[in-house]
Amino acid sequence: MSILINKETKVLCQGFTGKQGTFHSQQAVDYGTKLVGGVTPERGGEIHLGLPVFNTVEEAVRITGAGASVIYVPPFYAADAILEAVDAGIKIIVCITEGIPILQMLRVKAAMAGAGALLIGPNCPGVITPGECKIGIMPGNIHLPGSIGIVSRSGTLTYESVYQTTNQGLGQSTCVGIGGDPIHGLNFVDVLSRFQADEQTKGIVMVGEIGGGEEEEAADYIKAHVTKPVVAYIAGQTAPPGKRMGHAGAIVTGGKGTAEGKVAALKAAGIEVVSSPTDIGLAMKGCL
Amino acid sequence: MNIHEYQAKQLFRNYGIPVPDGQQAITPESAGQIARQLDGDGWVVKAQVHAGGRGKAGGVKLAKSLAEVAEFSRQMLGTRLITHQTGEEGLPVNTLLIEKTYPIKREFYLSLLVDRGSERIIFIASAAGGMDIETVAKESPEQILSLQVSPAAGLQAYQCRKIAYALTLKGQQIKALEKIMQGMYQLFLAKDASQIEINPLVETQTGDLFALDAKINFDDNAVAAHPDILAMKDAGQEDEKENKAQQYGLNYITLEGNIGCMVNGAGLAMATMDLVKLKGGMPANFLDVGGGTSIEKVSEAFKLILSDHSVKAVLVNIFGGIVKCDIIAEGILAAVQEVHVNVPVVVRLEGTNAEQGRALLSNSGFNLFAADDLAHAAEQVVALAEAA
Repeated sequence: MSILINKETKVLCQGFTGKQGTFHSQQAVDYGTKLVGGVTPERGGEIHLGLPVFNTVEEAVRITGAGASVIYVPPFYAADAILEAVDAGIKIIVCITEGIPILQMLRVKAAMAGAGALLIGPNCPGVITPGECKIGIMPGNIHLPGSIGIVSRSGTLTYESVYQTTNQGLGQSTCVGIGGDPIHGLNFVDVLSRFQADEQTKGIVMVGEIGGGEEEEAADYIKAHVTKPVVAYIAGQTAPPGKRMGHAGAIVTGGKGTAEGKVAALKAAGIEVVSSPTDIGLAMKGCL
Repeated sequence: MNIHEYQAKQLFRNYGIPVPDGQQAITPESAGQIARQLDGDGWVVKAQVHAGGRGKAGGVKLAKSLAEVAEFSRQMLGTRLITHQTGEEGLPVNTLLIEKTYPIKREFYLSLLVDRGSERIIFIASAAGGMDIETVAKESPEQILSLQVSPAAGLQAYQCRKIAYALTLKGQQIKALEKIMQGMYQLFLAKDASQIEINPLVETQTGDLFALDAKINFDDNAVAAHPDILAMKDAGQEDEKENKAQQYGLNYITLEGNIGCMVNGAGLAMATMDLVKLKGGMPANFLDVGGGTSIEKVSEAFKLILSDHSVKAVLVNIFGGIVKCDIIAEGILAAVQEVHVNVPVVVRLEGTNAEQGRALLSNSGFNLFAADDLAHAAEQVVALAEAA
């Protein structure tokens, strides 16, 4: 088994006919993802990449039975797209879009409370269960079906972790990019609890970065609930305070959210923290 | 995005938040004229820079006469103010804010920001105003009060009263504080602020409340929707290279070291800087060329790194996913053909089209070191920078 998605997952694409939506939908289809169609308002009834286009998510869900959706719409339209998916009953919503205003995400999260939908992202590479289903912008070819669960706030550091665990012959059960924005959907604990419960997952790689307090919460959670080996890496040790390091959420303010603090919390919880991002794969292998 | 105090106070006026009478000036003459028009028997001359700690650095001066207003203005204008937040170079003082002074009884702290943990907008208030709030939080956390605003219901009157009573305000002041807090909240929502800070909020001897200082930061992701806010941008207060990077859609931050870094992805860019330090070097910058990058963007990024004269060696680290490594290679080659490269460049390309990218670089005839392993690439660039 994997977590969140598998070969049965029916996926919709919101922003299907745009440049990003088109490119990544084709990649997803080539990978074997069960993409069942897409949504672009005013383009309903057309066929794009051999798949049906719908005007609304509601109609797309009714006709295709999709349970997951991936969002590639521009930042000022993304909040609307997420809420449309929630309203249509989509259970797994993956928002790739970077640059959504934080106040919009704050309202989206408040509106989603109790709706029973899971949001992954925004500002994330997406989620993949290797060999089964790829939802997002990650390069499919570096993945290998296997036993390591990967959860990360950064896209490219997810790829590094994937590449290294593939080279070590371990492979991945599921990889989840939770995104680099300060307000986002699934957090480390949400994903860690699923990896702990998943039989296929034998070890977990967790990649954090400066800003916020989710790594510290994850450390507490792992100490209390996770029995599988965890290897962690935290990016941003050389980041100056008060500067936003690319990701909206990667900022040290008022002495809070530092890499040192996160590394210390993880180490105190007995987790192996590597100091070099090049040691992730080897360290994971050493733990198994 | 940051704005100046005088701009923040203009926004405060628009939202009914009382501020001292005052106006900005760009010459000593106009500063004197403004003071004369303001009337009163005392004025404050405040340097307008995007940094805190101005008072201790000599950027805020109390003038007892019109002559002093002009004199202080002459001393400050055209200089660079160095505070504990600016770094050694300081920031240019091109504008001053001239305000009337008021006899002050007490100073409070009041701010509004998005709390990522609770995913709510929160107010933070303290009776210990005028001080660095982080110091107050560390030394006497019991003096700090915070409250969450419900995104659905908005700011309630009882919440304002709660803070008013905690600050031991009385009578009309309670309504006055509510008006200030509602104004802050409305301004925050309307302009997509990420932080509004009043430090200090003062109670005058006559019992009036004023925002003596004003600081507003805006959400960079939202500012495109607010042309009035964008128009307040003062590029002279920002790092020149960071401004240039912004024009090309690059995330660039100047650092103190001598090893230039060009990376795709914010996380990998941070990790690359950390790795450089781990191997004994110091990164000169953070640079994320982003996802959907082009030859032109890569070329501009590379030129930007080389324009920093402290750079002794460059490390390019690309994990091609969406970004194709051959595009990166072409961008680097376009840049080295345009500008003279006199520092060694170590390139690590991995992922999509990595082999094509490496082939392009090795056939180019330029002094580029191709590395296929990130750890070795970092070691190599540190050694090259040391040897330079």
